[in-house]
Amino acid sequence: MAITREGMTVSQTQQETDADKKAFYEQLQGFVGLQIGPPQPAPDEVNIPMIRHLVEAVGDENPIYLDEAAAKASRHGEVVAPPTMLQAWVMHGITPRSNEGDGPYEQMNRLLFSKGFTSVVATNCEQVYDRYVKPGDRLSMTTTIDSISEEKTTGLGTGHFVTTRQDYWDADGNRVGSMLFRIIRFRPAAKSKPKPPRPAPATTHDNSWWFDALKDGTLLIQRCKGCGELRNPPHPMCASCRSMEWDSIEAKGTGSIHSYVVTHYPVVPSFDYPLPILLVDLDEGVRMVMNPIDATPEDLQIGRKVTIEVHKCDPDLSLPFARLAK
Amino acid sequence: MKTSLSHSKVKAGDELPGLDIPLTRTLIVATAIATRDYQEVHHDPGLAVERGSKDIIMNILTTNSFVGRYITDWAGPDALIRSVKVRLGAPNYPGDTMKMTGSVTAMEGKVATIAIRGANSLGDHVNATVEVELS
Repeated sequence: MAITREGMTVSQTQQETDADKKAFYEQLQGFVGLQIGPPQPAPDEVNIPMIRHLVEAVGDENPIYLDEAAAKASRHGEVVAPPTMLQAWVMHGITPRSNEGDGPYEQMNRLLFSKGFTSVVATNCEQVYDRYVKPGDRLSMTTTIDSISEEKTTGLGTGHFVTTRQDYWDADGNRVGSMLFRIIRFRPAAKSKPKPPRPAPATTHDNSWWFDALKDGTLLIQRCKGCGELRNPPHPMCASCRSMEWDSIEAKGTGSIHSYVVTHYPVVPSFDYPLPILLVDLDEGVRMVMNPIDATPEDLQIGRKVTIEVHKCDPDLSLPFARLAK
Repeated sequence: MKTSLSHSKVKAGDELPGLDIPLTRTLIVATAIATRDYQEVHHDPGLAVERGSKDIIMNILTTNSFVGRYITDWAGPDALIRSVKVRLGAPNYPGDTMKMTGSVTAMEGKVATIAIRGANSLGDHVNATVEVELS
C-alpha cells in the first residue's frame, strides 16, 4: 500500500472494515477498569502558600480560603482549600514524566498510536467533592481507565474518547473527591491545503489602467477632463457632463468608513472569515470598496478614519486596504 | 464579611451576574504555574506555536478555578460546592476576554444546579454544570 506524503497510510484507513474497527474496539475494552500505576502521593500537604498563589491569580476573594476568622464563622469552621483545586495537589510538577513505562495506560496509548490516533485534546472534566480539603491534609490519587468509546469522528478528526477516573484520598484512606477526565485520542483531519490566491478582478479596457497603477503601489482616482468631477470605480463616461475624456489624480490615501458588512457565508477559500468588507469615503469625495487590514469586526465603526495602503495580494494583483487610524 | 445567599432567595430560572475575565498573558502563565501545570503550551509561546497552537492557552485546572470562583462570588462563603462538571471548547488565548454567565436550572432543597457558560471571541470556552448547597 502507498504511503502518502503525510506519512499516514490513507488507503489503509479507508479500507479498514467495520469488522476491523469492532475488533480494535474489543481490544481497547480490555484496558477498561485497570488501575494505572500505584497511588500517586501529593508532594506536599494541602497548604496556605499554594492556595494563596492560586486564589490571588484567579482573583477569588472568597475569604474561607485564607482568612481564619472568616473561615471560622463559615460552615467549614476552619480554612479550607478551593474544591476546584483538587487536581493541583497531586500535579506532577516541572520534572518531565517518563513515557516509557509499561503500565496499562502506556500499553493502551501504544495501541492507539499504532492506528494513527496520535493527537490528544481534553474534552471533559467532572469533579465530585466528598469534602473540602484543608491545610495539613496529605492526599494521594489513584487512577483507573473508566471507559473507551467506539471510534467517533469530530471536528478534530477521528478517534476514541478515553475517560480516566481519578480518586483522591486522605491519609486515613477516606476519599475526599473524584474526577472523570475525558480526552479524545485522534487521527488529525487531513491538513488544510494552502490558501488559493484571491480571485482576480474582472479587468477590461476601461479599468485595467487603475489596477496597473496599483501594481506600482499607486492608488488613482479617475477625473473627468470635461467638468473635473472625480469618479470611482473607473468607467468610460462622466455621469455629470457625459464627456468621455478623462485623466486621473493620485489619491491622498485618507478617508473614513462610510459603511461595512462582515461576511460569514459563503466561504471562499482565499479569505479568512469573518471577512469585513468596507465602503470607504475617500477624502477626495469618491467611495471605494476594500478590506481592512489588521482589524477585527469589533474594531469597525461607521465614520472611523482610515488610511489607505496598497498591498500585493499575489504577483499579479495589488489592492488598496484600509488601516484604521489610531 | 460578605454574607451568603440563602437558598430561600433562589429559584430555578434566576440569572447569575455576569463576570468578564480579561485573559492576560500574565493570568494564563500565573494560573498554570499556581496549579503546578508546567506543560509548555500554557507558558511558552514559541513551543505552543510549534505544537500547532496559535499561542499559549489557559489550562483546565484554571478553567475549573474560575467556575468555582464564579459560583462563590454569587453565593458567598457558605456555599458548599458539591460537583463541577465542565465541557471544554474554544481555547482561552491571551488578549481575549472570557465572559462568564450562568443561570439556576434546578433547586432541590438547599441544592442549586447552575449552568455556566464561559465564552470568548472564538465561541464557548467552557460549559459547566455545578451543584452547590446554599446556606
